[in-house]
Amino acid sequence: MRRLRSLALAVLPLAVALPLLLGLRAVAGPYLTIVLLDVGVNVILAVSLQVVNGFTGQFSLGHAGFMSVGAYTAAKVTLGLADVQLAFLPTAASDAVVFAGALAAGMAAAALAGLLVGLPSLRLRGDYLAIVTLGFGEIIRSVIENSPWLGGALGLTSLPLETGVVGVGLAVVATVVMAWRLLRSTQGRALLAIREDEVAAEAMGVDTTGYKVRAFVISAAFAGLAGGLVAHLIGSISPGNFGFVRSMEIVVMVVLGGLGSISGAVVAAAGLTVALELLREFQAYRMVAYALLLIVVMLARPQGLLGTRELWEPWRRRRTGGAA
Amino acid sequence: MSAAPLLEVRDLRVHYGAIEALRGVSLEVAAGEVVALIGANGAGKSTTLRAISRMIRATAGSVRLDGEELLRLPPHRLVARGLAHAPEGRGIFLDLSVGENLALGAWLRRDRAGVAADRARMHDLFPILAERRDQPAGTLSGGEQQMLAVARALMSRPRLLLLDEPSLGLAPQVVERIFGVLREVNRAGVALLLVEQNAHQALRLAHRALVLETGEVAMRGTGPELLASPEVRRAYLGE
Repeated sequence: MRRLRSLALAVLPLAVALPLLLGLRAVAGPYLTIVLLDVGVNVILAVSLQVVNGFTGQFSLGHAGFMSVGAYTAAKVTLGLADVQLAFLPTAASDAVVFAGALAAGMAAAALAGLLVGLPSLRLRGDYLAIVTLGFGEIIRSVIENSPWLGGALGLTSLPLETGVVGVGLAVVATVVMAWRLLRSTQGRALLAIREDEVAAEAMGVDTTGYKVRAFVISAAFAGLAGGLVAHLIGSISPGNFGFVRSMEIVVMVVLGGLGSISGAVVAAAGLTVALELLREFQAYRMVAYALLLIVVMLARPQGLLGTRELWEPWRRRRTGGAA
Repeated sequence: MSAAPLLEVRDLRVHYGAIEALRGVSLEVAAGEVVALIGANGAGKSTTLRAISRMIRATAGSVRLDGEELLRLPPHRLVARGLAHAPEGRGIFLDLSVGENLALGAWLRRDRAGVAADRARMHDLFPILAERRDQPAGTLSGGEQQMLAVARALMSRPRLLLLDEPSLGLAPQVVERIFGVLREVNRAGVALLLVEQNAHQALRLAHRALVLETGEVAMRGTGPELLASPEVRRAYLGE
């Protein structure tokens, strides 16, 4: 019964979202579509980073690095299988299946990168993770820049434009459901315990390194998913898309939304993406206005827009979770 | 006492930088026994407990539980061996609810029925924890947090419980309540290694006690012996 219930809770939101997304795709004009896709990708990035920075209390600065691993892996798969046509399917459906496979491969590669980076660095406490992940982001960028097979500094082009409102929407729902189910699970409680007091969590018998690595791998996998989507949204990727500034943008969304709050990350990611769009009018002053906006919000609400709470529990002074 | 003690600490040494905080402490706790560590601030009482439960790293010595060397195990494996530590400053997860704190105490246990029974027992021992189960632990008073720390440590069903200053900063009747529960817990077979400033309470509960001075054991004896000792009375009982 429990198994069945978890499966239903995972699949139901996707089933509900699908017709809504099909409707949205039908009514949204080209400009709105682009903005929606941007918002969706940033929501996936912010919510997945929330698992590490918000739930577990570790500070990762390398989210764009994992994103690039997913982006390049997915791009290589779709380029390599460009001529493959699954005989039993029409062309469009066949391409969609290949794309889904490419996204899955990107997630797996990013998860593996997360494991390799996380295993040594998560044994340490404190700010080491921030430094190591920062270094990882730069290393992966220069590796790609110096690999002709990955297009070097120019990147990969002519990728099929498979990313659409429906795909991004489903990925957003999957990411949020993952984070939500994780937060409410026994494992999630271990992550929160690590955030609160790592020594005490260990004294409870929680394998703190093991759980930090798990959180890190899950987070990296979803960053890889966002990367795969981005690659097939503009049709080209280059190392410059995944630099330190991109990682910082995601950290800003998470901090602004409130460390530990899923809905906070969603609201901040969507809000900042739309704000950047609206600020286009100011042209040269766009980034100045953006920075001012951040400063004002952080001065007014240093704990982030929602703190550790969720959107629908404003009466709670603190996150208490459900007693088991 | 039977031949092999439950906990056997031999020549335990801890350094904080160049300072030697523990200079070769040896002690034993038999199954079901209560041993108290008393001494002045900075004598090394908490350091001893923290080194045993691996919250800090010992520079030399050995800590054996049932003959197994604990200093070679990763810290999170100790709970499974039957060792629980209710640390000083309590180590409560302040943003998690009281119920979640208790659940984390039973983190490694898979026997749902047994965990539920123990939770009910903790609620009997400390009714306030039942009342406040859905509240964040940070909203509890100091005494209630101490009760939660003791209850949470007991949720792992330890054979040996390390207690660091359970009476610190608490009102006298709360101290009585906690020591009453500790006596009950011990009667149920749990061995206690207790660090206390409140030497009077500790020595009345303890079968045996050690006095630590500047990182060394200065005196050993049974609880009543040390309670009667003029030096202990002068130095730690304020007489």
